[in-house]
Order: sequence, then C-alpha cells, then structure tokens
Amino acid sequence: MVAVLSVEDLHVYYGAIHAIKGVSFHVEPGEIVTLIGANGAGKSTILKTISGIIRPKKGKIRLKGDEIHNTPPHGIVSMGVSHVPEGRRVFPNLTVLENLQVGAYTRREKREIEESLEDIWKRFPRLRERMNQMAGTLSGGEQQMLAIARALMSKPQLLLMDEPSMGLSPMLVDEVFDTIKEINASGTTILLVEQNAQMALEVANRGYVLETGEIVLQGNAQELADNPEVRKAYLGES
Amino acid sequence: MFLTQLVHGLTLGACYALIALGYSMVYGIIGLINFAHGDIYMLGSFFALYLTSVVKMKIAPAFLIAMGLTSLVGLVIERVAYKPLRRSGRLSPLISAIGVSIFLSTLLNMYMGPQTRGFPDVITELQVKLGEIVITTTQLYIVAMSIALMLLLRHIVMRTRVGQAMRACSWDREVASLMGINVDQIIALTFAIGSALAAAAGVMMGVYFNAWWPLMGFSAGIKAFTAAVLGGIGSIPGAMLGGVVLGLVEILGSAYLQSSYRDAISFTILIIVLLVRPSGLLGRKIEQKV
Repeated sequence: MVAVLSVEDLHVYYGAIHAIKGVSFHVEPGEIVTLIGANGAGKSTILKTISGIIRPKKGKIRLKGDEIHNTPPHGIVSMGVSHVPEGRRVFPNLTVLENLQVGAYTRREKREIEESLEDIWKRFPRLRERMNQMAGTLSGGEQQMLAIARALMSKPQLLLMDEPSMGLSPMLVDEVFDTIKEINASGTTILLVEQNAQMALEVANRGYVLETGEIVLQGNAQELADNPEVRKAYLGES
Repeated sequence: MFLTQLVHGLTLGACYALIALGYSMVYGIIGLINFAHGDIYMLGSFFALYLTSVVKMKIAPAFLIAMGLTSLVGLVIERVAYKPLRRSGRLSPLISAIGVSIFLSTLLNMYMGPQTRGFPDVITELQVKLGEIVITTTQLYIVAMSIALMLLLRHIVMRTRVGQAMRACSWDREVASLMGINVDQIIALTFAIGSALAAAAGVMMGVYFNAWWPLMGFSAGIKAFTAAVLGGIGSIPGAMLGGVVLGLVEILGSAYLQSSYRDAISFTILIIVLLVRPSGLLGRKIEQKV
C-alpha cells in the first residue's frame, strides 16, 4: 500500500538558519501519526512545508506517490491535504458559516457542500447555534472546533493539525482529542503536531520525536510512551 | 445656493469614494498604498476621452470600454511592478508604485502634451430645478452610476465566493491559501476591480469638469487617499463614507470660506485624522489583529 504521505530527507532553512535537518517519515492510510518535541524543534515548520507555505531547500514530499513539494498551497489543498494552523486562525471578520464555506473553496458541487455542512452541524452542534455570528466572537474552544471543522470542509484525505490543544482548558483538551479520534475513525488520516505529548501518544498509532530539526526517536505510540527518555523529556517525569 | 453646493459636493464625493475604494481594497489585501492609483484614474479618463473624441464613440460604451481597458492595465501593473516584490517588505512595492505613477503621467504627458483637453459634448446637459436646488443631468448620472457601482461591489464582496475569498485574504493571506484560495489570483482581481472603479470616476470627473490633463491623477489620488484614511483604510464602507464626507466638506468649505482653501481643507482633514484617529471612522482597530 502506498503511503498517504512520505517525507524524505527534508531540509528547510529560515534564511541562514538550518531549521529542518534531513527529516524522513511516512504516514500510512488510516493512521494517526504524531510529531512531538519541544517548542522550536521544527514541528510546525514541517507541517507548513507539507502544505506548501514554506519551500524546502532539499528533499521530497510525496502525497500518495505524487511529489508535492513544488506545488503552491492552494494546489495542495485540491490534492486532499487540509491544515489546521497553530493558534486556530479562524477568519474573525467572517461569520461561522462563511468560515466553513471558505473551507470548501476548492469544491464546486453546491449540493455536496451542503451535505458536508450537515455533517459538521451534527458533529459540532454549538457551531450551528452560532452559524451567523462573526467567528471573532467565539470562545477559544469554539474557535478551535471551527478551525477543525473548516479544515474538514475540503474533504481531506490527510489532515494536518498543529497544536490543536494549545491554550485550552483540560476539559476542552479532552473534547478536542475525542474529535480527533472521531475524525480518524470516519476515515481521515491525521498527522498531529503536539506539545501535549501524553495526549498525543494516547490517540496516535505511531510517533516521531523531534529535537532541533532532527528525528531522534520513532516508534509506535505505546513504545514511545513507555520509553524512559521520552517520559523524562516530554511526559514530565523526573 | 447651499443645496446646490450640497449636490455639487455629493457628486464630487461620490467620485472620491470610487477612487478611495481601490486604495482601500488594495491596502486591505496586500498592505500597499498604491500611489499609482491616481494615475490609473487619469488613464481611465484618457481612454474615454480618446474613444469619444477620436473614435467618436457614444459615452456609454466608451465608459464601459474605458473601465475594461483600465482594469487590464491595472492587472499588468500588478503583475510587473508589485507581484515580483511581494516578499520584499513594505517599502519596495511603495517605491515601485511611485515609479509607476511617474511613468504613467510622464508617458501621457509625452504623447498628449501637458495642456488641458475638453471632452466633446457627450451628454445633453439639462438642468432640473427643484425649488432653489439646481441639479444637472451629469450630476444625476454621476451620483446614480456611483451608487450602482458601489452596490455592485458590495454584492460581489459580501455575497459571492470570490468576495468571501477577498475578505479571507484581507485578514490572513497565509491561512486563505491553506483553504485552497489562489491568493495571487484574488490579489490580481482586487487590482482589476479597483482600477475599473477608478476609471469610472476618471471618466465621470473628466466629463463633469470637462477637463482631462496628464497630471490630473495626482491631486485626485491624494484626495481619494485622504478619503480612504478618513473612512478607515482597508474598510470598504469606510472608503465610501470617507469619499462622500470629503467631497461635501471640501465644497461647502470652499463655498463658504474661500475657494482657494479647497485643497488645504482636505489635507488638514488628513493630518487631523492621522493624529487623532489613525484607524479612521470605520476602520478596524489595530489591536484586533492579534
């Protein structure tokens, strides 16, 4: 089976700074794969490079075998990748409904978009109640749900999620991770970047540990969660 | 007398508003003060002058063709002078815009000469008298056409898919691209629309004052910039409001103070707004964008 996503020897620079130093990993159909690591390890940079916002200096990114590292971001969305950016970044000047419609920008079939909207309203009833409200008036948790829902509107095969639990109360964090599990169960492959390594490893199948632009450990999620080094560095054990 | 001046100010203000919209939309989407915008207005007026006086076209088709040609020129300028500089900070495109402005006005100056030219009689001028107000047909056309164009723009921005994309881009271009929006296309479209609106204003002002000259874009451009800042730059309703308010204040001010104060009034407004309320009447507060 061909991997949904495969990244090979990826090198990314910010000016003179070598931010990603030869990272390789892959995501198989139906998986939840997580990238964990400290702030500044390069997790977000990798996601931004996959979705085309940043151009790699070297290396290959393949989506179901097709090279995408020279495709502009809007083209990558059309190919089935959707990105929930760090810090939610909903459009506060648009209503909740408009945010979702913009999420479906690459799709043309009005009727199918309506169906997707119905699915979203079922999964996130609170968004339905706030449909015509400006997204800027939503609470942090609601904005996170909207950001996830907006990304789902393009019917992605691969969902990239950047720190979806950031800045949320513990109860909302649980809700977000439940949502991640549900989305995955309904057939969407997920690449999840998290600082909350414990939660991430609970929902993921496999994980990669990133340190200053390099992968230092990889394995299935349970193994990583049991690994003494990971426990010490990322799961808060001494 | 007062009401007649009011109509005059409203006519002028409607045109300022149309030009200001282009400034504001472009600023809203790429953060550029497009200093060539006034020259785009001049160029739109020139196309109509050429079509009506040399090609002997009627004003209505000349008006539409001038809008179309000018939006094409706007697209070319964006592609050649701004797009290559998109990733090079704010100052470079600004300087490029000043270059485009000088290029356009000098080019037309070379070919047409610096003198003022009048339009042929394109509108049968009638005067409507309502009590003591005197309204000319040209004024009626200008105000009606401006309102129609603004309603059309409002429809595009608020009710269509590309309008949604424009609003998304004006907030966050990076995330807009993550939604599958081709941001370059939306920026180009914004230039095309802004240029067409400026051309419309150029044609109407040219006919209204029966004058075209190669440097007419300079003062109109700065006035419209003032209107955009007054309304809140980046805000579409702000540009409309700012244009109308500026037109009214200018005309009433010059009617009741002294007509040579006209420009001083506009620029005093610009300075006061920038000092007291830089976000303008309807502009979004800076701190809103975290």
